[in-house]
Amino acid sequence: MELLDTLFPLGLGHYFTGGLLIGLGVSLLFVLTGLVGGMSSVYSAVWSYFSKVSFFQQEKHFQTRQWRLVYAAGLILGAFIWLVFSGFEVTVTSISWGELALGGFIAGFGARLGNGCTSGHGICGIASLSLPSVLAVLVFLSAAMITAQLIAAFG
Amino acid sequence: MKTTLYWLAILGSGTLFGFGLSISTMIQPEIVLSFLRFEDFGLLLVLGGATGLTMLFYQMAPRILKKPLIAAQFGQKPVDTMKRTLLGALIFGIGWGICGVCPGPAIAGLGAGNWPLLIALFSMLAGAYVQGRWFSGN
Repeated sequence: MELLDTLFPLGLGHYFTGGLLIGLGVSLLFVLTGLVGGMSSVYSAVWSYFSKVSFFQQEKHFQTRQWRLVYAAGLILGAFIWLVFSGFEVTVTSISWGELALGGFIAGFGARLGNGCTSGHGICGIASLSLPSVLAVLVFLSAAMITAQLIAAFG
Repeated sequence: MKTTLYWLAILGSGTLFGFGLSISTMIQPEIVLSFLRFEDFGLLLVLGGATGLTMLFYQMAPRILKKPLIAAQFGQKPVDTMKRTLLGALIFGIGWGICGVCPGPAIAGLGAGNWPLLIALFSMLAGAYVQGRWFSGN
């Protein structure tokens, strides 16, 4: 038990429950509509509304932007429902604006270059038994761990 | 043929996803960073739970059903070249390690009132634009 307290100082239940609910959402989307619901694609797809650049006007962005936006709206709705259940206990991050901006920009660029993020490669890709996705998860987890620990040590 | 039910199914799936992200505290970058610094391994349970369940449905559904319940066909995760996938993953990981926010939580966090994540959201949009505009390889 002490080992569990060390590995999971905030408990295990909410992590596993949350993970199952995320998986249920992605699974339901697939069983009902056949859509593969990673989250990073919407960041490219929405540009098809604003940019004439041919990359953004490809079918894979142009034709998926509507469902991806509805899916994203669901994410906000789900988080809001949780907020209501939790009694409006808002936790506002104390990560600096500079880190959010720099990290966000790099993460957005990389996720789109590699066609996937934590949910795209992590959940959908591994669940599809895709080798590139499995390797991508190992690479981005390692890179993120090294980066976060370097910043903690020297930042 | 895109019925109201089709759109509700998508909205409902996203809602479960966002609710799950919130319960599991993945919309708090501090918790994600504590995982990346080996202080709390909860993120593995989130990823494991989500991936395990999804794998079951992704593998079983096309074997049991001829088509999705309210659409014409099952989609597949698009396959990119290995080199591009891994280079993208490397860059994504560095960004994720800096801010502790990935694309899903950047969106979901807004619903829970974690408003500074808007900065990450718009920065990700900018990153996606630069990738598509100048580094798409097309």
